[in-house]
Amino acid sequence: MSVIKIKRYNPEKRKDSYFQEFNVDLQPGSTLLDVLNEIKWEQDGTLTHRMSCRSAICGSCGVKANGHATLACQKQAEFLLDKKTDSITVEPLGNMPVIKDLVTDFKQFWEKVDQVKPFLKNESSPPEKERSQSPEEFKLIDDSSTCIMCGACYSDCNVLEVDDKFLGPAALAKAQRFVGDSRDEATLERVKELSEPGGIWDCTHCGECVERCPKPAQPFYRIKEIMTVALEKGVHDNNGARHALSFTKSVKSSGLLNENTLPVESMGFTNIKGLLELVPVGLRMLLKGKVPPIFHKPCGELNDVKRIFKELDQ
Amino acid sequence: MIKHDVVIVGSGLAGMRAALELCKDHDVAVLSKVYPSRSHSGAAQGGIAAALGNSEDDSWEEHMFDTVKGGDYLSDQDAVEEYCKAAPRVIYELEHMGCIFSRTPDGKIAQRKFGGHSKPRACFAADRTGHSILHALHEQLLKNSKSIKIYSEWYMHSIISDGSRCAGVVVSDVRTGEMETMHAKAVIFCTGGYGRVFKITSNAFASTADGVIAAFDAGVPLEDPEFVQYHPSGLWKQGILFSEAARGEGGILRNDAGERFMETYAPTRLDLAPRDIVSRAEQSEINAGRGIGGKDYVHLDLTHLGENKIMERLPQIRQLGIDFIGVDCVKNLLPIQPTAHYSMGGIPTNIHGQVILNQGDEKETPMEGFFAAGECACVSVHGGNRLGTNSLLEAVVFGERAGAAALEYLKSAGFASINESQEKTKVLNQVEEIYQSDGTESYNQVRTEMKEAMMGLCGVYRDAENLTKCISAVKDLQSRFKKGKVTDKGKLFNTELYEIMELGNMLKMAEIIATAALQRKESRGGHSRTDFPERDDANFLHHSLVYKNGEELELKRKTVTITKHQPAKRTY
Repeated sequence: MSVIKIKRYNPEKRKDSYFQEFNVDLQPGSTLLDVLNEIKWEQDGTLTHRMSCRSAICGSCGVKANGHATLACQKQAEFLLDKKTDSITVEPLGNMPVIKDLVTDFKQFWEKVDQVKPFLKNESSPPEKERSQSPEEFKLIDDSSTCIMCGACYSDCNVLEVDDKFLGPAALAKAQRFVGDSRDEATLERVKELSEPGGIWDCTHCGECVERCPKPAQPFYRIKEIMTVALEKGVHDNNGARHALSFTKSVKSSGLLNENTLPVESMGFTNIKGLLELVPVGLRMLLKGKVPPIFHKPCGELNDVKRIFKELDQ
Repeated sequence: MIKHDVVIVGSGLAGMRAALELCKDHDVAVLSKVYPSRSHSGAAQGGIAAALGNSEDDSWEEHMFDTVKGGDYLSDQDAVEEYCKAAPRVIYELEHMGCIFSRTPDGKIAQRKFGGHSKPRACFAADRTGHSILHALHEQLLKNSKSIKIYSEWYMHSIISDGSRCAGVVVSDVRTGEMETMHAKAVIFCTGGYGRVFKITSNAFASTADGVIAAFDAGVPLEDPEFVQYHPSGLWKQGILFSEAARGEGGILRNDAGERFMETYAPTRLDLAPRDIVSRAEQSEINAGRGIGGKDYVHLDLTHLGENKIMERLPQIRQLGIDFIGVDCVKNLLPIQPTAHYSMGGIPTNIHGQVILNQGDEKETPMEGFFAAGECACVSVHGGNRLGTNSLLEAVVFGERAGAAALEYLKSAGFASINESQEKTKVLNQVEEIYQSDGTESYNQVRTEMKEAMMGLCGVYRDAENLTKCISAVKDLQSRFKKGKVTDKGKLFNTELYEIMELGNMLKMAEIIATAALQRKESRGGHSRTDFPERDDANFLHHSLVYKNGEELELKRKTVTITKHQPAKRTY
């Protein structure tokens, strides 16, 4: 008998959440969803979770298993077992309010999807048949279009944990599906909006969403693709883009990061208010002895760095 | 009371397509017991049919013939004609909306072969075509959010009707448990199929007959319920779908001896014969002890396709195999068995999606203000057996048509008067009955036994003895259901309560399916009787209509519309 430890919450009965343990004899091949259903149907009918397709395409059954978001139907339970304790811990998705047991409120998740204007923008009158799109162009939106809106990435996003204004990985992956679509006419408008605070540049590149995504959508890679398009389209007038450009410029020219110019260039030389905000930070760094050397020296293998950039440029 | 011009129940392809037809002029509600993007249309993998002729010359006439022959000549050919003619246009419209399709090297929508289609006609987005279209339509709903209000996670309990006019629906919010009446000038049902009555099924947990039974309880007959399609490639034990596209791309079925057994059953079309034929072939092999290791499955062999082709065309099913059964189809054989997949029957409609109360020799009488489209409806384009990729097309074509018919109806229709408290009380009493019953029966046990009875006694092969047993088993389960034991009596997100109501609907549906199957003493399409192995056009070239007559079921006949193609022997 294995132990399935489930985080329970039902505000109709009790204000706080608590863990409840169920003993289950795991059958080979049983998915985590099969196990949850077995508990609901044979042990405790009040256990509440969402589910529908059981084939990893509808996105209903996202939960946290052993602390990480996953689709319950996609994972075989025996592979989730903690061998030491012979147990699996199941909790609701993170970064969302819990309604009951494993059911969370997706309201904010969907509002953010709405914010990226998730529909094709093309005002020109369509041809008689299909709009042409090459297999290569299809490839640019192939991965993002596999997103099933399960919320696994949103649940485990480290930025959302501290900043709920961040659009989050799922909405940004959805945005890439249009930014990258050769049929969409609003690319510039989209990347401008996505470069605003809360958008692409607020991602900290931790890659957690890539780990959690049950599909090839893998939001962080899609966010990087939007960043590339934004920079190519000359959407540089924001801290994120300036930061990326300053970073690149510094590494390209010296092989190292110039920590003196980076904050100033990221803020922008004409951004007086932003630059003034840097002053207290600089003073605190000075007091703590954390100021980088005033004169920035290039690294020893600068030629290798230049060669890498040359190859990248090609 | 909630009021909208139109209420659409169900948010799959049909429901969302209907909403788009209406939202420019009307205030539309789309109600779903899940989120729209979680609807089961999204699980369709292989493609959507249309004679675009992008890789080989093709025509709507050929598509029509394939569909009629595939349906074993039970399709209504006037409907099939409209449907095949509309196909290219609706595909181009989806593409213009932004729907993603795989492409040919010259930038056109790519098309591939599919079972029973004589030409490569399946437009596809890798192996997630339903998902691609579902999300494209969902995007359009979000774009039109000013006039379309989505009620996600709301459950539809019953139709408000005086027997001739539909005036709305009684619904509840799953989250709060609050019951509401939704008053509407027109109601469109796009509630999907009912595969969950069977033990092995590709269907989602949500596919539970709620819509068809609500219609049936309101006095609407159900058409051709005995025709259930078993898909040949369900994952062994789980039943989840491995797309027919796998065979469209060259996959081969093998028995225990490694033989390509379809050479015996369909020498011309082999593994790409229509689904009813392939499922029967598999079942025959299994029954003859030639399943793998003598067990109830056969192998789907994709190993000769190579990793590149599989990753380009079938990436999702490769991942499904790895995740669900630990088999990588690039190197190993997939264990598969027939799985209950699609209901050809449903709520009878005319070619405009209007729900029809009585048919046959009498003049067609629609239920005013009530429309249906998609799998829950029976137009009937699929007849006795649906061809792969024809269901997504049906949902889009008839979703649009039902929307257009409702639009026309709304030009002159207003709100019918309803007695709100009376309608609500009826449903509340049913819920109260469940809460109050201090029974001893396990609902789970009842559900499991129903699924086993339907699979074992009303499955791929049927006969009078088993069907009779099946009906009596289901009736017994219906009475045990009334003595069920409920554990969650709260209002908040009570999924147990909804599962119980769904089970109630499925038990009614199971009886309807088995009863219609017992009376059809012939073999046609997906309905195969070992005691009547031949098709019998003299006595059974007609649709079945099942009516509610008190506590009994009453069966009537409806003429099949035959225009271009006279019934002929069906071989592949």
